[in-house]
This record gives sequence, structure tokens and C-alpha cells, in this order.
Amino acid sequence: MSTQRAVRDVVLVDAVRTPFGKAGATGIYAETRADDLLVAAMREVMRRNPNLPAGRIDDVAVAATTQIGDQGLTLGRTAGILAGFPRSVPGQSVDRMCAGALTAVTNLASGIGVGAYDVVVAGGVEHMGRHPMGEGMDPNPRLIAEKLVDPEALFMGKTAENLHDRFPHLTKARADEYSLRSQEKTAKAYAEGTIQLDLVPVATRTAAAGWGLATVDEPPRPATTLEGLAALKTPFRPHGRVTAGNAAGLNDGATAAILVAEDVADELGLTKKARLVSFAFAGVEPEVMGVGPVPATEKALAKAGLTIEDIGLFEVNEAFAVQVLAFLDHFGIADDDPRVNPYGGAIAVGHPLASSGIRLMAYLARSFEAHPEVRYGLTTMCIGLGMGGTVIWENPAWTGTNDKDA
Amino acid sequence: MTDTTTSTPAGAPDEIVTKALLRLVDLPYSAGRAALITLDNGHDHTKPNTFGLGGLTSLSEALDSVEAAAAAGEIVAVAVTGKPFIFAVGADLTGVPHLQDIEQARALGALGHKTFRRLGEMSIPSFAFVNGATMGGGLEVALMCTYRTLSTGAGLISFPEVALGLVPGWGGAYLLPNLVGAAKAITVIVESPLNQNRMLKPADAMKLGIFDVALEPADFLVESLRWAARVVTGDFVVERPEVDRGQAWDDAVAAGRAFADAKLHGATPAPYRALDLIAAARTSTRDEGFVAEDDALAALVMGDDLRAGLYSFDLVQRRAKRPVGVPDKKLARPVTKVGVVGAGLMASQLALLFVQRLEVPVVLTDLDQARVDKGVGYVHGEIDKLTTKGRLSNDKANRLRALVSGSTTKDVFADAEIVIEAVFEDLKVKQQVFAEVEAVVSDTCVLLTNTSSLSVTAMAENLQHPERVVGVHFFNPVALMPLLEIARAEKTDDASLATAFALGKALKKSCVLVKDAPAFVVNRLLTRFLGEVTAAYDEGTPFEVVNSSLDPLGLPMSPYLLLQLVGPAVAFHTAETLHQAFPDRFGVSENQRRMVEAGKTTLLAWDGATPRIADDVAALFEIGDSPSTAAEVRQRALDAIAQEARLMLDEGVVAEPQDLDLCMLLGAGWPFHLGGITPYLDRTGTSERVTGRRFLPAHVASVG
Repeated sequence: MSTQRAVRDVVLVDAVRTPFGKAGATGIYAETRADDLLVAAMREVMRRNPNLPAGRIDDVAVAATTQIGDQGLTLGRTAGILAGFPRSVPGQSVDRMCAGALTAVTNLASGIGVGAYDVVVAGGVEHMGRHPMGEGMDPNPRLIAEKLVDPEALFMGKTAENLHDRFPHLTKARADEYSLRSQEKTAKAYAEGTIQLDLVPVATRTAAAGWGLATVDEPPRPATTLEGLAALKTPFRPHGRVTAGNAAGLNDGATAAILVAEDVADELGLTKKARLVSFAFAGVEPEVMGVGPVPATEKALAKAGLTIEDIGLFEVNEAFAVQVLAFLDHFGIADDDPRVNPYGGAIAVGHPLASSGIRLMAYLARSFEAHPEVRYGLTTMCIGLGMGGTVIWENPAWTGTNDKDA
Repeated sequence: MTDTTTSTPAGAPDEIVTKALLRLVDLPYSAGRAALITLDNGHDHTKPNTFGLGGLTSLSEALDSVEAAAAAGEIVAVAVTGKPFIFAVGADLTGVPHLQDIEQARALGALGHKTFRRLGEMSIPSFAFVNGATMGGGLEVALMCTYRTLSTGAGLISFPEVALGLVPGWGGAYLLPNLVGAAKAITVIVESPLNQNRMLKPADAMKLGIFDVALEPADFLVESLRWAARVVTGDFVVERPEVDRGQAWDDAVAAGRAFADAKLHGATPAPYRALDLIAAARTSTRDEGFVAEDDALAALVMGDDLRAGLYSFDLVQRRAKRPVGVPDKKLARPVTKVGVVGAGLMASQLALLFVQRLEVPVVLTDLDQARVDKGVGYVHGEIDKLTTKGRLSNDKANRLRALVSGSTTKDVFADAEIVIEAVFEDLKVKQQVFAEVEAVVSDTCVLLTNTSSLSVTAMAENLQHPERVVGVHFFNPVALMPLLEIARAEKTDDASLATAFALGKALKKSCVLVKDAPAFVVNRLLTRFLGEVTAAYDEGTPFEVVNSSLDPLGLPMSPYLLLQLVGPAVAFHTAETLHQAFPDRFGVSENQRRMVEAGKTTLLAWDGATPRIADDVAALFEIGDSPSTAAEVRQRALDAIAQEARLMLDEGVVAEPQDLDLCMLLGAGWPFHLGGITPYLDRTGTSERVTGRRFLPAHVASVG
């Protein structure tokens, strides 16, 4: 047995998602199962890569925050069976709340890195209509009694208000302006046809209306105005700052991605949309979970031997505008920096919790394609109970020269 | 005067309306907008979509909107699909018994055409996305569309009309041959329905060319819409093979007629009407074809054969699943082990069935180890065969093999909840067997006897617990025949009877409760009828006259072929038993006695496809000199059945004529168009002439 273990490069081959829907009785997926959404995404990502035989998949990891009902039953395995993967393909479920899919990717990528896997499929799903946040939650009373977490830490909107408290200069006005831009960028990307490139149409059915087809995201509000945003209620605190307009909504959707060892991508002739450089997760105080991306990114940069200046494109999950602003503020990046979320973000397009990490990767991959001058980009998210997760990626389409290493 | 253009068909009184739910969807690939119609009756897949008056009206209204949108240039295509697992399974025929005039019947056909044909005659292409079960009118909706996709997960694809006594008369008989040619259409429309109503699998339907593309079920609708979008944009061109409209067409129709004749001898009109329609479809226009279908439908709907067919369908679909007069199923005792006394062929077949369906230990006993080994060996061998055919996995086969064992002592029955005997048909032997079994088993172990003619009550007589004995009459071959006659003996208690019915259900048999009377139902009626036929032969009627005398009924086989299949010795034994019970009505053929005593087992010899009595058997026979005509033999046989059926009802052998018919349909394979038998006896006037009254009220299984 060889004691030498070569670390292999991991590449993102493809990432797709279902259109995101609004959670609730009138949403497009009101009567569509979560696992059916996931299967649609998983089949599409495989269909788009016919050079990859399904039998080569070494593992499937699927994330969901609420792993019960149609999001339970070890979804990574059941969805593989439902998607028609060979029985020989194993599967698992993953949970790190909002960063579920991101964690599914990093877990599996780690396996590729050490040579345990050649090919993996990662996915995420959250049907917040069928599984409202906190469904079946049973927090240990010690969490509160021993002041292990602030009682507000379990309510994400309240943690966002707390973030405004911590950074008083990140005002509601700045949050609203940021949110308006997210809507505008989303509308522009839609108009240019960019977002549609990675959407899989989903058959939807309601008993009353019959079958339909979801082809576009339901949450975006292209008609948003600052005045309109200013007038919204602040449901988490009287006279607060966080509104439905400067936060992501409650959404349904699923994502799926293929990652492979780079040598396998070459062997099979698969596209390389992004190359994994480093990743990191970090914890912060649960009551200000939105600041999590800051230490996570510092850590990931350090591990990669990069600095924030090396990053040319940012996909920051927009759970709340204030949380993005806190990240940008920390790194000295302008609120409207064009490198950040160029196609808009979750405030416009939606945030079906555990699925969003791969949505960020799909967006980054499109940005990489459009920006061959950029070498590095990152995807980062804040996570409930006070965490952040960041993945740094290299652009395979990068056309520059390796000055830094020279 | 009835104005045919305004006559409206009567709807079924309690129609579950299949609604046509209309939505607009954006097709992929920027192909434009499409109208998507979902057929959905608001129930789950256990109540499939059907088309009655309400359903046709709903579809028609949806198509009004579609046509308007097409005319306004708002849509580029229309598609029809079903609710989960079901496309549509045909016309709602529950209203048919209420149709009392031919114009109403014609209007029903015409309304179907008028509605469905719009799908194929719009300015935009139409698509059927056949996602699940599609039969009859459902398949016709699909055929009306310009293009068809099929889910590889769709079960049950068929035109079952001919099996009921109808034709695919909402476009099917015209459109299918024009799509795939006469030969393939005849396979689907005529041959499959007459072959135990065989269904097409998706692969078969694709091979026949009925659908343009097969798509996987996981994302069937989305991929169908993508496929449709590619067709709409011209990115994909559908090519279908040219249909041979030459001699092949007429040859196929002729072959179809020969097939129908061989099965039915012209006994019932539906397959012939279907063949006529297919023959004409070669040259007729769409309008002519559809009018011809209306004519055929109207005639058949107003004919007794269809009414009997629908009655039969209801019996085998409903009554067979909910047998009448059965104790509460909650009384049934769980079965975790079954004992089989005897290891002969019948016993081994039973053991195989039990182990396959119940998946509990099954233990066979016989007098010596060699017989036991042979019985167990048979079961293991059959399991091997099923494995080789791919019907059982290796693991399942291992599981089943391990469950079957044998013994020369009955001690092994100690923990069985059911013991069935399948030993020689002799009362003394069976009584002895049960006494030995009772010495070993628990007080509540149910003892079943697989007898075809002996008294179950007598078998239970000397037992400590006679209430545990139930008669169960399986039919040969045990694995295939769907009927199980379950006989309640004098002292049988409810729990034992309920256990027997639960067992029958677990074995996937249709169970009918019968009284403990000689030969129960099927054998009694068949023996009575065969007795008259063989008597006519013994009296001097030429063999070919006797043997073909029942052809006009369209029975599954001729009387002497049946006799050969049952086995002359078995048939003779049953006849003797019945003769002892009812000497006035059941004769014993001395010729058969001679044959059986001479040890002859092969009754027939063949000149090509034509049977005759084998020479060595004929040499034993003594034939009289009073021949009858075929019509006389037939009337004699039918009169005998009518008389016997009435007596059986009077004796309480079964609860109702429906049970007699169900038994004949499932146990003897008698055809739907006879309604089993009593509807035929009623409509031919036989019942009234012989017994003074009908079996069933008018309209139950007949027009009048």
C-alpha cells in the first residue's frame, strides 16, 4: 500500500437549479413535493453532461434544513433512486442550515481531494412551504437557561436587527438601496437571459388547476422602488430596519451540482466551470449570525494564501441586506461594487435555505465565463446559530498569467 | 320522430366527472405558449379518469378556449395529459344500461367523435402526453392528437372494447389502422381483447408505432413539453413509417376474421364489427370512418351481448372482490404456517401457490420419503423455472425454497394454522387424513379439503372440531385459474370460513361462497352439460356434430376438448358422484366407463386441427342409432343447464344467479358475451321455457 497520497484538484462541472418559488398556498410549488424538485434538478444536471455515466458517481450528498417528510428518508439516497441513478450509487443527507448545499459540496470535494471519490453529485432543497422554518424544532432548554445562546438567535430576522445594532452605520437606507440594486441586477440578468441558462423547468400540479410548468423564478419584484421599500413593515422589531424587502423571502427550490477530480474531467471531456481553491467555516455569536461570512472568508483566504484583493468576483448570499453590507464593510468593498453579486442575489431571486449554496456557485460559474480576466472568486453565506461558510474558486477560463507565483 | 342531430345521450346518473383543466404554459426553447389540458376527476389513481357526458362537456369547453386562443394567435400548440399515474381509461359505461333507444346510443358515439376530433383538426398541432394508464376512449384521445409521447412507466395500454362487446368507436377503429396499419391495429383491437384482455406494455406500444416517443416517468411532463417544443420549432421532425394499404391490409383483416372465428365461431358481433370498421378504414374518409363507428357503437350498445359483457365485467371487477355472504374478515386468523397433506401434483401445485403468495413455511407430507421428495422437488423445480425466466430474484427464490419442506409424519403440522388435504378423492381416505391431522394440530387450526365433489360435511363428521373444516375447490392449473369455490359445511364456524376467504384473497383468487353441495358450482354445471352432450354422442349423433354443437355460444373450447383437458377419469368420477346425488338428472356414460376402466387417458386424435375420437378409444365404444341435430344437442344442453341452475339457486348452493355467472366466467372461462350463462339463458328464452321464469330481471344484463 502506498503511503503517498496526492491531493487532487476538484472542479465544478455544472450547477443547475429549479426556478425558485414563493412558499405558501399560492406559490408555484404549493402542491409539488420537495423531493420532486430535487430530482428535477439532479436529472437535469446529469442530462446536461451526457459524457458522464451515472455509474461513475461515487456519492450523492443532498442538503435540507428540515429533514423530515419529503425532505427526510436520507434524501441523498432516495433522490438518487428516484432520479434513476444506478443502485450502485450511494447517497447521504447533509445539514448546515442555509449552507447545506455549500457544505454538501465541500464535504464531497474533500473526498475527491483525498482520492476517495472521482465523481460526486451535490444538491440542496428546501420547500419552506411544506416545511416552515423551525418545523419540529425542540431546542434544549439549557441553550437558554445557561445563556448558551441569546433567545433571539433562533429567529433570523432578529439576528439581522442585532447586526444593525452592532454596525449603526449600516443603516436601513443603505440596506434598502442594496436591496433595490439586487432586484435591478436580477431583472437585467433575466433580460439578458443569463439566469435562465441554469434553470430546469419543473412540472407543477395543483388539484384544482392541473399541470403547469415553472420556468422562471417567482420571487423577483422588478418593480421595486426605494419608496416602496421604505414603506414596508419591520416585522422583527417595532421601528426596526429589517423588512421583507431587504431580506430574502421564504422560498421553495432545489439545486444540484456535479463535482469531479480534475483528471476525471479531462478523461471524460467534462466542462470545468470552477476549480476549488479552499474553503472554511467559522462560528460567531449566534445572535449576530449574519457576520459569519467575515471570519469564514478570512480563514479561507488564509488557507489559500490569498488576500481579499485577489478575489475578483463575489457571490454573497443575501439572507439580509445588512449581512452583505457587514461583509463588504469589513473588507472595505463598496456597497455597489460591480464585482459583488453581478446577477443579483437572494433578496430578489429567493433563498430556499439549504439549496442556495449551489445557486451561488452556478452564478459564480456564469460570472467566471463572462470574466476571463478574473482568476479568483468566492461564494459565501451566513448560517443560522452563528456561522459562516466560504468557498474560494479559481476561474478555469482565466486567461491571465501566473505573475504572483512567478 | 327523433332528430338524430339534436338527440343528446343520457349521462350516467352518478358520473364522476373527469374535468379538463386548462392552463397556459410557456414552452421551453422559446417555442411559444401552449395550452395544457389536464384530465382529472378529482380522485386518486384508484378511481381512474373516464369520459361520460360531463367529462365530454368539460373537454369540449376547454377546447372552445383552446380554439379561441389558437385563433387569436396566443398559443402554438395544445397538449393533453392525465392526473398522476392515469391518462384516461375510456368511456364511463355506467350509463349504458340506461340507454333504451338507438338514437341515444348513436348520440353517445357522435358526441365522443365531435369532442375528441377537435384535437386533431385545429390550426395548431396537438400533443397527447400519455403519462399513465390509457384505455379505450383515453387511447382515442391520444390517437386524435397530432403527436403522442408515452411514459415508460405507463401501465395498462389497451383497447378493451371488444372484450366487453364494443368497438373502439370514438375514433380508435378508424385512426389506429391508419396510423400503424391493419395488422397491428387488429392485434390491439381484436386479438388482445380476445386473449384474456391482454394489455400492452409501453415497449409493446412503442414497437407497434402507436406513440412517437417514449420518455422516462421521472420528468415525463417536462420532457414531453421539451419534445413538443422541438417539434413546434421544427427542430425535430416526426417520421412515421408508411402504412401498407395494399393487399397486406385485406390479408390482415382476413387473418383477423380467422382468429375471431377460431375463438368464437361468430358467436358475438363485436370483434366482427371491429374488423369491418378496420377493413373499411383503408379507403374511407375520416368522416365516413367516424360515422361507421357511430353506427357500430349504436348497434352494439343496443344489443344484448354488450349488456351481458358489462354485467360480466362488473361481476369480475366488483363482486369477485367483495364476495357475498362472507363473515367479517376481522374474524380471520393469521396464518404463519401451512400444512399440505399429500405430495402429488395437485398438492405440489398448491404448495407452490401458498409459498409464493403467503411467504410462510409450507410443509408437505406423504406416505413415504420418495413421494415427499418428489413433491418438494416439484416445488423447488418450479421456483427454479421462475428464476430462470426472471420472474423471481435469486434471493427471493432462496427464501421460497427454504420455506418449503416435506415430512412423512404429520407432527410437522403442530404449529400450522391451516392444513389442506389434497389426497385421493375418497371420503374414507380423507376422513382418515383429517383424523390424523386433528391429533396433531391446535384446536383452532383450519382444515381445508381440496375436493371437487365429495361432501365436506361428511368429511368433518367424526372430528373433535368439525367447525374448523372448510371446502376449497381450486381449478386446474392452480396457478392460473382465478376462481376459488369456498364451501361452508354444516358445522363450519365463521372464524374458519373467514380464514379460508382471507387465504383465498391472499392467494389472489376470486372467491365465491358455495354451499356444501355435490360438485359445488362449476363442476356441477359443466358435468350436467357435458352429460347431455356425451349422451347425444353415445346415442348416435356423429362426433363432429356433437363436438361443434355449442360453437354458436363461443365457448373457450369444444365439449370433447374440455373432457380431454379435465381428464376422462376425473370427469367420470365427478359424473358418478353427481349421478349418485341426483340420479334423475346426471347420467353416467357407459362408453366413458369403458374407456376409464380400460385405462385410456387419451380421448382424442387429430386430423390436422380437427379432432376425432381416438381409434383405440372408439373401438371400446358402443354407439346407438338415434342421432340428433346440432341444434337439438345445443338446446338439450342449454335446457339442462337452465334446469340445473334453477335447482341450484333453489337449493341455496349460491346466493344469487350472479354467483353462478361469476363461477362460470372465472372457473370455466365462459365468455363475457354470455354473461357467464344466466343472461344468455334469459335472453334466448331458455330460462322461461324450462323453469318458468328468468334468472335476472330485464335490463340487468340485457337490453329488454
